[in-house]
Amino acid sequence: MTTQEPTMIDICALSDLSVERGAAALIGGDQVAVFRLVDDSVRACQQRDPYSGTNVLSRGLVGSHEASADDGEPVELVPTIASPMYKQVWNLDTGEVLDAGGGEKFPIAVHEAEVRDGRVLVSVAPRPLAAGATGIAP
Amino acid sequence: MANAELPDDAVVCSCNNVFAGTIRASVTEHGCTTLGEVKECTSAGTVCGSCVPTLTTLLNKELERSGITVSTAMCEHFAHSRAELYQLVKEGGQQTFTEIVTAFGRGRGCAVCKPVVASLLSSLGTTSGRLHSPVGEQLGSLQDTNDHVMANIQKNGTYSVIPRMPAGEVTPEQLLVLAQVAIDYGLYLKLNGAQRIGMFGARLDQLPEIWRRLVDAGFESGHAYGKSLRMVKSCVGSTWCRYGVQDSTSMAVALERRYRGLRSPHKLKVGVSGCARECAEARAKDVGVIATTKGWNLYVGGNGGAQPAHAQLLIEDLDDENLVKCIDRFLMLYIQEADKVQRTARWVEDRAGGIEELRRVIVEDSLGIGEELEAQMANHVATYEDEWTATLDDPQRLAKFVSFINAPGVADPDLAWVPERGQMRPAHEMDQHTAPDPVRARALASLSLGATSPLGDSVDGEEIR
Repeated sequence: MTTQEPTMIDICALSDLSVERGAAALIGGDQVAVFRLVDDSVRACQQRDPYSGTNVLSRGLVGSHEASADDGEPVELVPTIASPMYKQVWNLDTGEVLDAGGGEKFPIAVHEAEVRDGRVLVSVAPRPLAAGATGIAP
Repeated sequence: MANAELPDDAVVCSCNNVFAGTIRASVTEHGCTTLGEVKECTSAGTVCGSCVPTLTTLLNKELERSGITVSTAMCEHFAHSRAELYQLVKEGGQQTFTEIVTAFGRGRGCAVCKPVVASLLSSLGTTSGRLHSPVGEQLGSLQDTNDHVMANIQKNGTYSVIPRMPAGEVTPEQLLVLAQVAIDYGLYLKLNGAQRIGMFGARLDQLPEIWRRLVDAGFESGHAYGKSLRMVKSCVGSTWCRYGVQDSTSMAVALERRYRGLRSPHKLKVGVSGCARECAEARAKDVGVIATTKGWNLYVGGNGGAQPAHAQLLIEDLDDENLVKCIDRFLMLYIQEADKVQRTARWVEDRAGGIEELRRVIVEDSLGIGEELEAQMANHVATYEDEWTATLDDPQRLAKFVSFINAPGVADPDLAWVPERGQMRPAHEMDQHTAPDPVRARALASLSLGATSPLGDSVDGEEIR
């Protein structure tokens, strides 16, 4: 099976982003949130918060979550984003909901993102949703 | 403490009408052991969140009864409580989140621990002579969006602008500037509960230009966004009121200028009443000051909000100087000891020995820490700077106030407004006619005074688009 290279768009310089803080970007008509992590890698996801319906995810707090196996052993450290509105938390690598605040789980779309020659590039299309995720949000 | 004794038929979450008994049963019968599980199981605490501290207390009490050790860990990144981490950092001298999480925690933090670390670094910096602005590059990235951009996020993603009006005073000249700014940006105006004026509907990218005009008119940040002093409310006192026995307004202005910008575990409100008629409702505040013929009575640990409490009398008939000393000591002790987002009311209630012990520590200086606490506050006062003025002077920080980093001139195209009662408000999903520009919505509002009222006695027939 061959995978097609996603179309990437130049958003800004890495130095335009603060560490562990996001910025909103327009890609075509779509609003995307772009984040710079502490290791200077970047992540991108939809800007729209599925819980509040507002375009604010770039203004949330970046953090980490230590996923653990059933026996409690740590498996991996994943980067997270918390909504600035009601504090739901998502895995920034997959868009999966990590903390729905006791409510329904609405995943978010994540885009490919990378740093090339000091520039931040983000894919035009979001990554296909993980198997099992519905991606339907209010 | 009191929460654990709530009867089973007491409503804890009034948004979803969930009883204390249901919360207890979620632990004892359904095996919930975390706040998240209790929320998911009962739906309590999932709407406005104001009952979450009560939920936590009930959960912990039931866990203790079942013989389960209750964790005081802040989150998965820190096994400490806020007060424990405060002492560790105070002794360790760490100055960044990375240093702190490397020394005492794990991972890269979350929306719980990062603002706490920013708050305690700010408090510690303040008390030892300021190291970092609580909203600057160093600590700003740890803060919720409100502290980060020095404004309060609203439900449509725009922000409110609330300049300081010490003791509720504002000059007519300043009022003219506020009015003109509101007209020019189409902002919604409302008096809030802190005796000051809020302007709503400002976009992120508009905040610096709005604040430039406010700062030029002599306004400064009101810290309405911070876990910090909000305001000092007062009556007009002996200056105007025929019953007043002390000049409560001047005292309120002095206290507001002294404690402005001070970061604390939760927001702080202070009230000063010019006589025992208590028009400033000082006993509903974290610090309440009520005039007597000999001076001031000082009350502490009052609260409005979700769990109202009357402030308790700490000491009577203080002169001006000793009043300030006692408040300095009280606030600094609270900052050192309280848990994250614990208001003074709960801290005073839960503190071993209650108000009597607190009186010994603060008034009688039984621990010999009075001078240290006062010196810390003196440092705060000496190093205070207006956060908005500092930001306007910093091109790097101003560069962050953009709508889209690759299209700075474009506003969020999803924003929509409708006229209501002579002003504008954010559009709801069911609004058929909306304007993308709040100035336009406001102009139509003043034409039609349109929109509906909850009682359905008015209609808006105006075609907007």
